[in-house]
Amino acid sequence: MSKILELRNLKKYYATQKAVDDISFSIEKGSIFGLLGPNGAGKTTLLRMITGIFYPDSGEIDLDGKKFDPINDIINIGYMPEERGLYKKMKIGEQALYLAQLKGLSKADALEKIKFWFKRLEMESWWNKKVEDLSKGMSQKLQFVTTVLHEPKLIILDEPFSGLDPLNANLIKDEIYGLAQRGCTVIFSTHRMEQVEEICDHIVLVNLGQKILDGTVAGVKQQFKENKYCIKLHQLPSLINSDAFELVEQEANLLTVKIKEGKNSNDVLKYFIEQQLTIESFNELLPSLNEIFINLVEGTRATTRAFQPINA
Amino acid sequence: MNKIFLVAQREFLTRVQKKTFLLSTIGLPLIIFLFYGMIIYFSVKTTDNFRIAVADKANIFNGKIASKDNEVLFEFVKSDTAALQNAIDQKTYEAYLYVPATFTLDGKDSLRFRSGKAVGLMTREKIQSSINKALEEKRLANFNITRAQLDSLQQEKEYIQYSSAGGKTENDAKVGVSYAVGMISGFMIYIILFIYGTMVMRGVMEEKVSRIAEVIISSVKPFQLMMGKIFGIGAVGLVQFIIWIILVFGLQFAIAMLFPSVVESMQGQPIQPAGMQAAQAVKSSGALAGVMSGLNSINFPFIIGCFIFYFIGGYLLYSSLFAAVGSAVNEDPQDAQSLLLPITMPIIFAIVIMMKAVNDPNSTLAIFGSLFPLTSPIVMMARVAHGVPEGVTYFQLILSVVFLILGFLGTTWVAAKIYRTGILMYGKKITWKEMWKWAWKKN
Repeated sequence: MSKILELRNLKKYYATQKAVDDISFSIEKGSIFGLLGPNGAGKTTLLRMITGIFYPDSGEIDLDGKKFDPINDIINIGYMPEERGLYKKMKIGEQALYLAQLKGLSKADALEKIKFWFKRLEMESWWNKKVEDLSKGMSQKLQFVTTVLHEPKLIILDEPFSGLDPLNANLIKDEIYGLAQRGCTVIFSTHRMEQVEEICDHIVLVNLGQKILDGTVAGVKQQFKENKYCIKLHQLPSLINSDAFELVEQEANLLTVKIKEGKNSNDVLKYFIEQQLTIESFNELLPSLNEIFINLVEGTRATTRAFQPINA
Repeated sequence: MNKIFLVAQREFLTRVQKKTFLLSTIGLPLIIFLFYGMIIYFSVKTTDNFRIAVADKANIFNGKIASKDNEVLFEFVKSDTAALQNAIDQKTYEAYLYVPATFTLDGKDSLRFRSGKAVGLMTREKIQSSINKALEEKRLANFNITRAQLDSLQQEKEYIQYSSAGGKTENDAKVGVSYAVGMISGFMIYIILFIYGTMVMRGVMEEKVSRIAEVIISSVKPFQLMMGKIFGIGAVGLVQFIIWIILVFGLQFAIAMLFPSVVESMQGQPIQPAGMQAAQAVKSSGALAGVMSGLNSINFPFIIGCFIFYFIGGYLLYSSLFAAVGSAVNEDPQDAQSLLLPITMPIIFAIVIMMKAVNDPNSTLAIFGSLFPLTSPIVMMARVAHGVPEGVTYFQLILSVVFLILGFLGTTWVAAKIYRTGILMYGKKITWKEMWKWAWKKN
């Protein structure tokens, strides 16, 4: 598959910190990509460079095989920033039309697409309402529509589900899947790891302005697995002592074990079978992204990073 | 360019479609005119038939005080004060004037005037001037001087003929009219800069506070957004002004039709401080005919052309600065106050220089003020009102125009850089020092 976006050695320094410090990665066409990181890691700065709001101090961005051109590539990008806003006094239909025209669509074209999306997300009755009449979730939905309605090649969503009820969140999630199937690439920035596990194909974790993790969700989990297994026994063993594993946790007849170096899962099973214990279930315990995230970020002074002078 | 137009279109339409726009554009002038119309109407109407009984014990007036119009009537009676008081109580007369038998014309004695109810200012003035005039006639007669002789004494003005270096003869009326035109147009530009500059600032603040800026900036360059806003609001201002001008002329015409008698007194009405001063200058400079010839001697198409240029130039110059301030302000409008000071200072300076320039269009201060782009929109109007080349040379005018265009390009360039950074900066209170840094940093 070809790359839709490729970042090479991107850097952006502010007066008091290195917001983005030499980050490179690439995103495949049609994938759903998760950009993760703690608060202040440099995610927003990175996204602003990808959308052309900021210019990088150094480094290159390629969009769809060509050098990224902030002025002409606007039509190819849809960006929903974390800090969302709409003109409060403007009518919803006019607002959507205005934003679509700013993207570069003609009026007729924009009108047609807005009608399509409004119908799809059951928003037709909103046309003449004002934004100030909408609830937070409703304006979120409107914001999503204005971001994706020109079906750009690259859609960037910063915390798209915050403030949405489960029903609407699912609705948006289905639309994201649909867009990806139709060939759009989605960059998804969030702190909610369970959503990332559910939706994303590929993730990058940034911290302190640097990339610290890059890979598919399954791959990352494999990479960080600790050889832990969960065993459910029919009856409780009296004493467990094996050179193949060590017991990490025991909760009634549910055991968590860690296999020692050089041994494998068969050695564990063999031990229990030899002890005449009936095994009800046995499965590998993979770390959740949440655990990986916390493990990697904790202790890196991520929260105290702001406002240190740098010598760049 | 297309996007600047789109932004400008939205800015224009959302403002023009608001009810407050209609109210302030059409309602406000109507209310003001209605107010003035009522004042004029009542000041003309209230004083009908104010009858004054005059008991002239000293026989100073010879039984006659000429009244200016029919509203105040003097009737001579031979009653004493008690009877006069009674007549007032009976409402036969509104007031009485008692001239004591000892009254002489040497100005040491006073007349006694008593009315049944409080006398209005206009009426009081009419009574006063009628009595003064009558007394003056008597005094002149005492000295054997005729009115014509006195008038010829007071016409010393005609012996001096003012003419400028250009050799053209100037009359006082023209100077007065130039003064008025310069003052009014200078003040108008001053007001425009403040009203529409603040409007631009509020618009930018609204975008920043409602957090829509980042959404828009992802599809439009910050410069395009800023310029679109400035052009859109400028168009609102232009439309508003055109409507006002049409309304003012239309209503003046309507008032002239409705109350033909008040048109004359209208001209003396204080519409605003500048207008009043100007009107006084015009009044003191002589007769109506002189004013008319003064008006004719002013090149109005030229003045209006200059006005439109300095209006647009000044607006463009300052509105980008107002936009820059708006972009630096966070939620708290209080912050805007202190940041605005460096912008409002030159405008206020300009109005001070303009007041001087309107009297002395060729002083060094006036020349400086009319060339310096931050003050020239206001100061130059005072100078061009005196005409070219009396008030300002062609060279200075062209230089001022060039400087203003350069100034506009300069402030826009600086403001755009501040705006770019400021519009996405949240939570921090920004100082001028930081804004200065943004303006000169790369990117």
